Amino acid sequence: MSGVGSGARSGVRGALAIVGAADTAVGIVPDRSPTELCVEAALAAIADAGLRKDQVDGLITCNAFAEPIMYHAEAVAEYLQIFPKLCITAGTGGGTTLAVIHQAAAAIMAGAASTIVIAMADSLRSFMTREQAMLTQSSTGHPQYEQPYGITVPAYYALIAQAHMAEYGTTPAQYAQVAVSGRAHAAGNDSAQMRDPISVDDVLASRLIADPLHLLDCSLVSDGGSAIVVTAAERATDFPHAPVYLLGYGEGHSHEHISQAASLTTSAARDSGARAFAMAGCTPADMHLAQLYDCFTPTVLIELEDLGFCGKGEGGAFLETGATLPGGSLPVNTHGGMLSHCHPGNPGAMFAITETVWQLRGSAGARQVADARHALVHAQGGIMSSHATAIFSRDRG
Amino acid sequence: MAGKIEPTPTPLSEPYWEGCRAGELRLQQCAECRRHQFYPRLMCSHCGSRSLSWQRASGRGTVASFTVIRRGVSDAYPAPYVVALIDLPEGVRMMSTLVDTDPEAVRVGDTVQVAFEKLSEVIALPVFRPVAGSTSAAPSS
Repeated sequence: MSGVGSGARSGVRGALAIVGAADTAVGIVPDRSPTELCVEAALAAIADAGLRKDQVDGLITCNAFAEPIMYHAEAVAEYLQIFPKLCITAGTGGGTTLAVIHQAAAAIMAGAASTIVIAMADSLRSFMTREQAMLTQSSTGHPQYEQPYGITVPAYYALIAQAHMAEYGTTPAQYAQVAVSGRAHAAGNDSAQMRDPISVDDVLASRLIADPLHLLDCSLVSDGGSAIVVTAAERATDFPHAPVYLLGYGEGHSHEHISQAASLTTSAARDSGARAFAMAGCTPADMHLAQLYDCFTPTVLIELEDLGFCGKGEGGAFLETGATLPGGSLPVNTHGGMLSHCHPGNPGAMFAITETVWQLRGSAGARQVADARHALVHAQGGIMSSHATAIFSRDRG
Repeated sequence: MAGKIEPTPTPLSEPYWEGCRAGELRLQQCAECRRHQFYPRLMCSHCGSRSLSWQRASGRGTVASFTVIRRGVSDAYPAPYVVALIDLPEGVRMMSTLVDTDPEAVRVGDTVQVAFEKLSEVIALPVFRPVAGSTSAAPSS
């Protein structure tokens, strides 16, 4: 254990703890609107923390594609009838989930709020038509210099995957290992949307979406909501469950449009990870599990490299060792990830955070990683654009 | 059937689209550091200078990466079609599509040349076609 929990306090290290966590039902949930899922998740997380809603003085949400609201967090606060001192609708795509934990920690350190609910939900599966979904997809590119070429979201990531193959000899079968690993974890999670085990051959036999990505290289389209309650670390032991502390945090931002990325194959996860590890005073080898943003299989392979779990260009070989599987040396996406658990859009990585809370509490049931004390959660938004890495621990540090 | 997604030129980008209408790929070049940039901006993204001029690019390029889209974004984009990132010798990268080629034959490192696809009276979209002989090369690196 090289240095975890030691070293001078820096940044938000040890300032914040997660004391409540909850997911709604996920997958196909047609009987709740996105706003209702957000409210359900918030209420469940508040209950998990043993609080009343009037004890919440901060609320952070993100908007829902399927039910956009101009002032989303205010609308959710109004629905809940809570009257917080801090109310933020955040938005940096998939990276939002972790970026807001950093902002919550800073707000708590500044005294702007003391008990903050972070709640996110969307219903891409049940509340969007295919036309709406395609319109949302096509709006992701630069309106003058990318969108006219008819690029889709999988295609952006396919450009990254193809470049990694050309530069490092990575193969589609190695990308497929990510999907196989996620599904192996999901098989042990009754909440997961997809639980039937799959093989590399199954992934490669699924239809091509955007070469080299097959259908099973792509994350799910889901409904679902998830929420956590965070508070100052010094009061975190006053709650029903063992607190989960934020030990390190880092961000990296390199571009918005993929055509502007300095590198297609090395991401700003290198920056976010280095900053998070430096703050936490630990290394990749100290992590007992990692939840890595898996909107498409190549992102996990590149994140493994850029976060330092293996060398650059060695992600494919690392995956082939089985390290990321249940029982492996670095279980990845222990709930099944967005490839197999659920992916309701921007809230996607919230489920990685709640899963990490349960793993570090030791309450993850059949899928519990033995003696899990330290975990890394990584999320990215845009097209490998905005990266956020958090290191959580059972130890305050 | 809805048409392709059409860009809307702005005062800043109009010289780029004017060039496309005239069959020229134009890039901004900095008068101070002499470097080119894409997409067009108010300032030089390398040195910050505001002294930018429009220059005609060679139109030659190299495929930095590509994908074959098997499910189009709308009926206006019949699949399969190629979306590629093209590196220009002027030192910039742009997104485009490859035309007049078998999508299965495209490789990273292929040499391509700009062409223009007329979408309307205002918009001619820069696209690229393989330079004869280059697509038979082995995949680079």
